[in-house]
Amino acid sequence: MRELLRTFVQRLAAIFRRRQLEDDLDEELRSHLEMAIELNVQKGMSVAEARREALRSFGGVERTKEMCRDQRGLPMIETAWQDLRFGFRMLRRSPGFSLLAILCLTLGIGANASVFSWIEGLLFRPYPAVVHQEQLFALTGTALGEADLTSWPDLLDLQRSCTLVDSFIVTKITGTTLSIGDRAEVTTGSIVSANYFDAIGVHPILGRGFETGEDSGRNAHPVTVISYQLWKGRFKGDPQIIGKTQRLNGVMHTIVGVAPEGFYGTFVGWAMQFWVPASMEEVFEAGDYKLEDRGARWIEAYVRLKPGVTLSQAQQEISAVAKRLANDYPATNRGRDIKLWPLWQTPFNNARTLLPTLEIMLVVVVFVLLIACANVGNLLLVRSFTRRNEMTVRLAIGAGRGRLLKQLFTEGLILSAFGAAGGLLVAQWCRHALVLLFPARGGVAMHLPGEIDWRVLVLSAAVCLMTTLLLGLVPAMQTSTIDLAGALKSDAAGVVGGGGRAWVRSGLVVVQVSLSFVLLVGAGLLLQSLQRIRNFSPGFSTHDVLCTAVNLVSVGYDAQRAQTFQDELLERVKALPGVESAVFARMTPLSYGSYSSTPIAVDGYQPPPEEQPTVQYNEVGPNYFSTMGIPLVSGREFTRVDDEKSALVAVVNETMVARYWRGKNPIGERLQVKGRWMQVVGVTKDSKYESVREAPKSFFYVPLRQNFSPTAGLYIRTALSPGSMATALTREVHALDGNLALYEVITLQEQVDRSTSPQLVAVTSVGVLSGLALLLTVIGLYGVMSYAVSRSRRELGLRMALGASASNLLRLVLSRGLALTAGGVLLGTAAALALTRLLGNLLYNVSPRDPLAFGWALVVMTVAALAACFVPAWRATRTDPARVLRD
Amino acid sequence: MSFSKSEVLQGTLDLLVLKTLDSIGPMHGFGIALRIQQVSEDLLQLNQGTLYPALLRLEQRGWIASRWGVSENNRKAKYYSLTRAGRRQLVEEAESWDRMSGMINRVLRTT
Repeated sequence: MRELLRTFVQRLAAIFRRRQLEDDLDEELRSHLEMAIELNVQKGMSVAEARREALRSFGGVERTKEMCRDQRGLPMIETAWQDLRFGFRMLRRSPGFSLLAILCLTLGIGANASVFSWIEGLLFRPYPAVVHQEQLFALTGTALGEADLTSWPDLLDLQRSCTLVDSFIVTKITGTTLSIGDRAEVTTGSIVSANYFDAIGVHPILGRGFETGEDSGRNAHPVTVISYQLWKGRFKGDPQIIGKTQRLNGVMHTIVGVAPEGFYGTFVGWAMQFWVPASMEEVFEAGDYKLEDRGARWIEAYVRLKPGVTLSQAQQEISAVAKRLANDYPATNRGRDIKLWPLWQTPFNNARTLLPTLEIMLVVVVFVLLIACANVGNLLLVRSFTRRNEMTVRLAIGAGRGRLLKQLFTEGLILSAFGAAGGLLVAQWCRHALVLLFPARGGVAMHLPGEIDWRVLVLSAAVCLMTTLLLGLVPAMQTSTIDLAGALKSDAAGVVGGGGRAWVRSGLVVVQVSLSFVLLVGAGLLLQSLQRIRNFSPGFSTHDVLCTAVNLVSVGYDAQRAQTFQDELLERVKALPGVESAVFARMTPLSYGSYSSTPIAVDGYQPPPEEQPTVQYNEVGPNYFSTMGIPLVSGREFTRVDDEKSALVAVVNETMVARYWRGKNPIGERLQVKGRWMQVVGVTKDSKYESVREAPKSFFYVPLRQNFSPTAGLYIRTALSPGSMATALTREVHALDGNLALYEVITLQEQVDRSTSPQLVAVTSVGVLSGLALLLTVIGLYGVMSYAVSRSRRELGLRMALGASASNLLRLVLSRGLALTAGGVLLGTAAALALTRLLGNLLYNVSPRDPLAFGWALVVMTVAALAACFVPAWRATRTDPARVLRD
Repeated sequence: MSFSKSEVLQGTLDLLVLKTLDSIGPMHGFGIALRIQQVSEDLLQLNQGTLYPALLRLEQRGWIASRWGVSENNRKAKYYSLTRAGRRQLVEEAESWDRMSGMINRVLRTT
């Protein structure tokens, strides 16, 4: 065994020392012969005789050398090397062909590699700086099977009871405003448990992470770790940063650490800029102290399982604990479970929203790759006709068909290797392309990096090999049909419309057309769905209402000051020309960051035993409904009278009426929220609260003055543009307090658009890719038609000589092209009918078999096909019969 | 009677080369060929050229080593010598040859 290995290594080494070994061998044999001649001369022969005798007993110098060469190297590798060099020469000889083929493959493989890198970077390995991501899982509570967040006390109980979990890692996305000049910029950060940095294995480059115990004690530890970018940008890389203070949401925090470069936190979609321990929760959750409230569910969490523990084992243990909690604390935990999710299904970040889009994209890029392969296959096929002579000669002088195939596969491999290299460059280039599809919100850009690691490389290499095999099939079919005798006679020229092996090429084009037809249908469906979503009324006015906010908390306003400010600003805004009404409210519809939700009790409603009625609500000012354009069904709006001193009131929506009052008019009935009874004074129509796609759900409103929050948004009903309103608003805000900063001013329509960006991403990506596919198909169709025309010039000339007019010929060629297209469309329609179901929940109010989308795809395909066939058809009409027939 | 080249099995040639190097020490290809012919009293009419692929094979397996040297009449020549692995191999092969030829002899005599 060792000898075999040794022999192999030596043979391998010999390949690279070829020249020297060859010289050695020459020298050795020469010296052998000279010694033999010398000896023969000593025996008394003449010099000539001696030489003859020496050569005779040696027995063929060249033969010996050849035997030595075979013994020395690795013939298999050497022929592969020969093929490779020959392949390169062939590709260099027809640079146009090579470039086109490589370009097609680059696009095809590049699209695949890009999607692989996004899937890797966003779903499978989203946090490159975090160690052992394979043991990391997301954790949420569930209520009636729906994912919900978790509460701090629940999490502490889990931590105490679970033995299979290495660490529970709490994170909750939050934001603060760092005011720069008169512009307020939202900065995203995380509220985390004290074990955060240790548990994910990220070590601050300056200072420290959080210490055990820093996550307990109400507001006891105002410390923060800042991101590398924040340190470099805002703090100009100050080396003395540790120990300095920074005001975050109005509270001075001591900077205790700087996170390493390349660490963006653990939330797919956003780059975190700072981290604070959970003890500071109240400061960042709008003054709501939730650390001792089991019913307040606000935590996004991860767990790191102990080595060797599987998801299902850990899930069992955690569910057992959740069941116990539901028993011990029925008021808050009845009917609740706690669930682990693989990272790529994380319900609380953008992984979830992007998952369906990325799945679809994966299918789409495979289509694009197939189309690209068909194109290159066609090019190879056309070229293999022109190389027929070469192949025939090589076969005739004794090359085996196997050897010939190896040569052709090698050429395919070179092409696809170049394509793969180019594709990886494309992927590298597109790593941050997804971000471009998301609008920056309040100045904070999203962070959606692709990740090109060894797994993406391996997968791309696999794609490249698969491509090679596909490409190799075509010329393989070709050479196996070469027959020596037949090839000596010249090929009869083909006929437009059939004959010869044209069916292979036509078949490839039909496949291409059908694949890109499917993609066109998909793009059409998604586009329609996006339009429907955006034009769908969310239940409030979208065009005449602007929303913005003033950041009071970060400059240290207390509740009293904030209230006075809000009142004064409201007066000033209402006095502005063009403003119909204005109101403060706590949450903007359709924004990330959920509404408060609370367990409720309703007079006369007996919940089933497994249910703890929990409903979301919003705190809103007087005239909120008329300002937002949410219609009242009965009862009244909140007015200025509903303040701290008057009786507690609430307005509920229709779904809530149907659910808890069984449709009976609830005006005057009582509703209990957080132990306080309030009287229902009005009913509104349903609107969309968190997502335009959500099902109707129970919701209620309470007056802002009775549940005050300083982090309220400002909503203005006006016909003015956001731009001019921003100028006026900034002036009014500064007149009250020069230190305050205004957030961006946008219309509610803009808010709707932003909330539907996952749909936009799906439309754009599928749209771009199907455009690419269409382009490749057009190139393919064009190629095949031009080739057919150039091969049948004789026939065309003959037809012309017999009296066919130019328009006859035009029609002949176009109809041939359209026939191919029609075949492809038919096939594509069948495929699309079966496949568009995959779009599933990306479609909104659009049937996967929507005839409009199919019709649209047909029109685009036909126009593209006509464009592709026109040039060859036109060239056909320019055939000069006299010249063609003479040739 | 003489043996033609094809009758000299590859393994036999290897054994002859190893044995030769063992008895006369480092030697060049021509010397080895000469020696084999002399010892076999010219019965072995071997094409001297066939020796070289065999030498290459033995060297690849690590049984012999080669280096350039100068011959007795001042000619540059490649000298081959037995390595320790080669010596072990020689002992092994000689034994198995003995067993083999002994067995064949017995078979030939009894029939």
